[in-house]
Amino acid sequence: MSTTTTRKVVIEPVTRVEGHGKVTILLDEAGQVERARLHIVEFRGFERFIQGRPFWEMPVAVQRLCGICPVSHHLAAAKAMDRIVGGENLTPTAEKMRRLMHYGQMFQSHSLHFFHLASPDLLFGFGADPELRNVIAVAGKFPELGKQGIMMRKYGQEIIRMTAGKKIHGTGAIPGGINKNLTIAERDELLVELDQMKIWARAAVKIARDYTVDNLEMALGFGSFESSHMSIVRADGAMDLYDGGLRAITADGKTIFDHVDNQRYADYIAEEVKPWSYMKFPFIKSIGPENGWYRVGPLARVNACDFIDTPEAEAVRQEFMAVTDGKPNNVTLAYHWTRMIETLHAVEKIEELLHDPDLQGDDLVVKGERRNETVGIIEAPRGTLFHHYVVDDNDQVVMANLIVSTTSNNEPMNRAVEGVAKKYLSGREITEGLLNHVEVAIRAYDPCLSCATHALGQMPLVVDLVDASGALLDTRKRG
Amino acid sequence: MNDEIIFFIDGVQVTGRPGQTIIEAADEAGVYIPRLCHYPGIEAWGSCRVCTVAANGRPCSACTQPITTGLVVENDTETLREYRKSIIEMLFVEGNHFCMFCEKSGDCELQALAYRMGITAPRYPYLWPEREVDASHPDVIIDRNRCILCARCVRVSRDVDGKAVFQFVERGPEKKLTVNAEARLKDTDLDVTDEALDVCPVGALLKKRVGYAVPVGERMYDQEPIGSDIESNTDAAPAAATEVEA
Ligand code: FES
Repeated sequence: MSTTTTRKVVIEPVTRVEGHGKVTILLDEAGQVERARLHIVEFRGFERFIQGRPFWEMPVAVQRLCGICPVSHHLAAAKAMDRIVGGENLTPTAEKMRRLMHYGQMFQSHSLHFFHLASPDLLFGFGADPELRNVIAVAGKFPELGKQGIMMRKYGQEIIRMTAGKKIHGTGAIPGGINKNLTIAERDELLVELDQMKIWARAAVKIARDYTVDNLEMALGFGSFESSHMSIVRADGAMDLYDGGLRAITADGKTIFDHVDNQRYADYIAEEVKPWSYMKFPFIKSIGPENGWYRVGPLARVNACDFIDTPEAEAVRQEFMAVTDGKPNNVTLAYHWTRMIETLHAVEKIEELLHDPDLQGDDLVVKGERRNETVGIIEAPRGTLFHHYVVDDNDQVVMANLIVSTTSNNEPMNRAVEGVAKKYLSGREITEGLLNHVEVAIRAYDPCLSCATHALGQMPLVVDLVDASGALLDTRKRG
Repeated sequence: MNDEIIFFIDGVQVTGRPGQTIIEAADEAGVYIPRLCHYPGIEAWGSCRVCTVAANGRPCSACTQPITTGLVVENDTETLREYRKSIIEMLFVEGNHFCMFCEKSGDCELQALAYRMGITAPRYPYLWPEREVDASHPDVIIDRNRCILCARCVRVSRDVDGKAVFQFVERGPEKKLTVNAEARLKDTDLDVTDEALDVCPVGALLKKRVGYAVPVGERMYDQEPIGSDIESNTDAAPAAATEVEA
């Protein structure tokens, strides 16, 4: 640390990021950004809270981690509990119902993120007046877009309601299966709006693509950096958001590990604790804590998969990969484009499933040999989500370890924050518009901070400007 | 006509039989009086006071008070509704009730009463007590976080199952459900087929590994509020149909 007078800016809250984190920006005497960090403020230890609870409660209980993507936790826990009851080979109806739920979740979460949280920055500029830079303003200036965001979200939520029983915090997935199928009436209701959803999803891909391509030069310098990428992929290398083996690739596309059995994730991934953050820092063991960090989420998934098994999403994936000559894309702002590619993929999958008669089947649950330890992994909207449990012979959870996507993206987000802070804030008077640049970098990853700290609710995020002596120079509190 | 007792609930004439309590006669007449510890067919208990009515102006528990000819019962009044509401709210804050992930949600009488009474959040501070879970039995779990001490399981195990597996120990805020064994539930002769397991109004006494099997929308209180079954008791409707001045 510099011995001269250093100042520190802390941004709190980061608006339009769900949850509560804190950004600290440390300035040196000359007003240059010396360091920037994203901290997580609150920690309530969900893993401890669920200790002693019966295992079948997990898929419903862990959803409380998140108000935005509860379905991801619901399904990751259900996948884990499938193994506890020996029911991991689900019936076709159970697996397809869960997939439908998951794609519905992906569709609504990505839509929410893109239209509500990200589009104000992309449409009005990162430094625009905050009065104009919000979803209300989007609805005012681009009424069609505002409406699309709302309707797409609603459509995804309806799918969740029909598969999980409720729009949020449903109970559909149970150990070894699902508790309901999809009625013909429900299916027909979803089919009515399907074509419209496809049209809007295509249009959203185009908005995100055009934005990225038109601003590529800026994007290349905006919190971008080379990194490894990780996601689960299907056995044939296809993108699979619900199930698959773990794959990690380097920044230039070389395989680090591939098709790793979910149960053995801990042989490949470890977590480092740092004194200044409650969030852990996962890393790839074979590379080590220093450089073993990686990105997860839409960008990592599109980079890591060999192809997408739905035609329209595959076509836009190819277009995306062409920008980097088929190599992984390491541009932070490209998350938005890949998020919309996945949104299109999700709606294509939804269409496929709605036409599958297995959804009306009655064979809902399977059970087999009881186990005591289990791992469930799923690709949540924000990235790979790990649920690891040990259950005792009394059926009580005695150990739980969750690695949420925001935790995996912890180091990447810190890098993005620091990169943007150094580039845009150094030596300048810190304005709201400049601070928003930092938030734009965080929002690209779409972190859910309450979830990452395992809190039982949602919190806002905060930014501080502090000098080396610890004196607080400025604070931003919004949201 | 000795086998008929005519009395009044909220001004409506009700016909009951000798030996019936207010709640029993009201049930037959299609009048719902909220209750928690009461369970048809077993010994009346009178501990929760949710069924409190005014009988000839005096508050009493409808589940224990016998009917008498000409008795004037007030049930659905503002005062009594408020009174019951506060009891329900106290039950919520005294235990650790997380309806949002409880497997009894939608089938829970405590939750259903709160919904029926329009309770959104209790007005009292949560006590967050330390309560023990006993999961030692291979097929049954006791989650004391949710126990409201209604004694239904105590009575049914003793009088119907003939086992007396459950009992209470301690007093006041320390009072808790325990088992008739030195150690834990697994050391009792409780069997998963015991009827005691079917009467818990909340999620305190549960069969293992069957939670959440019924989808949202098809659970007991998803469609109709608690008490609707009694209120639609059509057999009894004629008896309750005549409105008279009380
Ligand atoms: S139901 Fe009458 S006192 Fe509990």
